[in-house]
Amino acid sequence: MHLDVRIPLGLLFLILGLILVCFGFMSDPAIYAQHSLGRNVNLLWGSIFAVFGVIVLLISRRGKS
Amino acid sequence: MKSAFLPLFLAATGADGSVKLHLAVVDYLILSIYFAFVIGIGWVLRKYLKTSADFFESGRSLPAWVCALGFIGANLGAQEVIGMAASGAKYGIATSHFYWIGAIPAMVFVGVFMMPFYYGSRARSVPEYLKLRFDEKTRAFNALSFAVMTVFSSGISMHALALLLNAITGLDYNLCIVGSSLIVLVYIYTGGLTSAIYNEVLQFFLIVLGLLPLVLLGLQDVGGWDGLMKHLQTYSVAHGMPGAWSHSWAQMGDAKANPMGVEWFGLAMGLGFVLSFGYWCTDFLVIQRAMAAKDMASARRTPLLAAIPKMMFPALVILPGMLAIGLAQKGGGLQLPLSANGTPDYNMVVPAMLAQYFPNGMLGIGLTALMASFMSGMAGNVTAFNTVFTYDIYQSYLKKDSTDAHLVKVGRITTIVGLLLSIACAYTARQFNNIMDMLQLVFGFVNAPLFAIFLLGMFWRRTTGHGAFFGLLIGTLSAMVFHGLTLPVGETAWIKGGWMGAHWFFTSSMAQNFWMAICAFVGCFLATAGISLATAANKTDDQLRGLVYSLTEKIRDHDTPWYGRPAVLGGLVLAAVFVLNLIFW
Repeated sequence: MHLDVRIPLGLLFLILGLILVCFGFMSDPAIYAQHSLGRNVNLLWGSIFAVFGVIVLLISRRGKS
Repeated sequence: MKSAFLPLFLAATGADGSVKLHLAVVDYLILSIYFAFVIGIGWVLRKYLKTSADFFESGRSLPAWVCALGFIGANLGAQEVIGMAASGAKYGIATSHFYWIGAIPAMVFVGVFMMPFYYGSRARSVPEYLKLRFDEKTRAFNALSFAVMTVFSSGISMHALALLLNAITGLDYNLCIVGSSLIVLVYIYTGGLTSAIYNEVLQFFLIVLGLLPLVLLGLQDVGGWDGLMKHLQTYSVAHGMPGAWSHSWAQMGDAKANPMGVEWFGLAMGLGFVLSFGYWCTDFLVIQRAMAAKDMASARRTPLLAAIPKMMFPALVILPGMLAIGLAQKGGGLQLPLSANGTPDYNMVVPAMLAQYFPNGMLGIGLTALMASFMSGMAGNVTAFNTVFTYDIYQSYLKKDSTDAHLVKVGRITTIVGLLLSIACAYTARQFNNIMDMLQLVFGFVNAPLFAIFLLGMFWRRTTGHGAFFGLLIGTLSAMVFHGLTLPVGETAWIKGGWMGAHWFFTSSMAQNFWMAICAFVGCFLATAGISLATAANKTDDQLRGLVYSLTEKIRDHDTPWYGRPAVLGGLVLAAVFVLNLIFW
C-alpha cells in the first residue's frame, strides 16, 4: 500500500491557504490597491486554497474508511 | 503583527522597464514549504520502494487519476507555461491549435488504440516495445536518440528558467540550476517514479490554482471577455490581419492572413497529425506515466482523463498572452518590456503579469507555480532517462545478467548522472546558444518520422524490423533534405534551412516545421511499407501476439459502466474539443 497522494496534496494547500489568509489579514491594504484591483487576493485565494485542502483531506479519509 | 512578514517589498516593473519581482519573507516561506513537501514525499515513499519495478514503473500500482495528472504534469514544464503565454501574445487564440487539434486527438488515440499494446505487451519502455515488435537495432536507435534528447531538453529548459528567474528575482543563476537539480535528485533518488508522479500531481494543482487568479484579475482589468475581444480587434486591424488574434480558424485559409504564417492543411496535417501524434503517442516521457497504472483499464483511461483538464489549459496558459496584448492596447497598466531588437519581449508575459497583479503572498504562490512547472518538466525527463538507460542500454548491452537490486542501484546512479549531464548542457547552452539550436534541429529530424513506424507496426502485421529501421533512417533523411531545400521568407540560409540551396520558401518557420514533419512522415511511411514488402517477416504471429492489432484479442469492456469505457470517454472528449473549435472559430 502506497502513501495516499491526497494527504500531502491536501496538507500543502491547507498550510499555504492558512498562510495566505493570515497574511491577508495582516498586510497593508495599500498593496491590494496597487496590484490586485483593490481585492485582498491573499485573503480570498488563501480561503480557496484552504477549503480545497480540507476537501482533498476529507476525500482521502473517506476513501480509507 | 505585521512585522512577522516584514520587510515588505512590493512587486513591480523595474524603473528601467524590465520586470522585477520583489520577494518578501512570506514569499520565501511559501516557496520553502513547497520544497519541504516535495522532498518529504520522496522521503516517505522510500520505504515502499523495494524492486526495480517499483523504482522505474511505480510497481504498476497507481490509480488512473493520479497517472493522468502525472501525464499532463510531466509535460507542463516551465517552457510550456512561459512559451504558450508568449505564443498567446504573438499569435492570439490560434495558439489553441496546439491543444484542440494537436494534443487532445492524439491523447484520445493513444488511450483508445495504442495503450493496449504498450501496457498489454511485456515491454517496460517504448524502446523495449520496439524491440519486441521489430528488432534490436530499431530499439537501440530509439533508446539512444531518446536518452540523449531527454538530457538535452532538460538542460536547455533548466538554462532558460534559471536565466528568467535570475532576471526577474535576482536569484543567482548557479543557485537556480544547482538548487533545483538537487531537489529533483533527492525526490527521485529516494522515491523513484512514484515520487516523480506524486510531485507532478502537486505541481499540477499548484500551477492551475496558482495561475488562475492571474487570469481572472487580468480579465477584470481589461473589461471582461468583451473588452479583451474589442482590444484584440483593434490590435489585429493595426497589424493588417483583422480578427486574427480573436479567431482560431477563420484566418487559416491563407498563410499571410494570420501571424503564425500557416495555412489550414499544413496546420492540420503537420501539427494536428504528425507532430502531435508523434509526441503524445511515442514519447516515453508521457507514456511512462500511463504505464505506471494499476491495470489495463486505468492505463487506457490515463490519457483520456488527462485530456479533460488539458483541453481547458488554453484558458490558463494562452489567455495570459492575449490579455497582455489587450491590456497594453487598453493602456494605463501592463506593458511588456522590449527585447534587444525593439520588439516586445513575449517571454515576459507571465512575469510581467505576476509583477502587475500579485501582491506579496500571492506572488510567492505564483513563483512557486513557476518553480513547480520547472521541476516537473525536469523530473519527467530524468525519470524517462533513467528507465531507458537502465533497461534499454545497461541491461540490454552492458550487463545482461543484472540482479534486480543492482538495477535499482544503476537507476539511482543514472539519476545522478542524468542530472549532472543536464547541468553540463545548461552551462553549454549558456556559452554556445547555436550548438543548442543545432541539436534541437537534429532531434527534430529524428523525431518527425517516428509515428509512422508505430502506426505501421501496430496496425500492419507485415511490417518488418528492416522496414522500420531503414524507414526511420529514410524519414530522418527526408526531414534533413527538406530542411536543406526550404527557407522561411526573410531568413538567411543556414540553421533556419536552405543550406542545400533554398528552392522553396515558407511564410514562417512554423509553417516550414509543419511541412517538414509531413515530409518526414510520408518518407518514413512509404519507405517502411516498401522495405517491409521486400524483406522477409522477422517475427512469427505468435511473437507478435499482444503487439499488433489484428493478432491481439479485443478488450471487452461490457462490464464497465458506459461512462468508464475508453471509446465512450474518447468520443466525449473529441465532441467537446470539436465544440471548442466551433465556439472560437
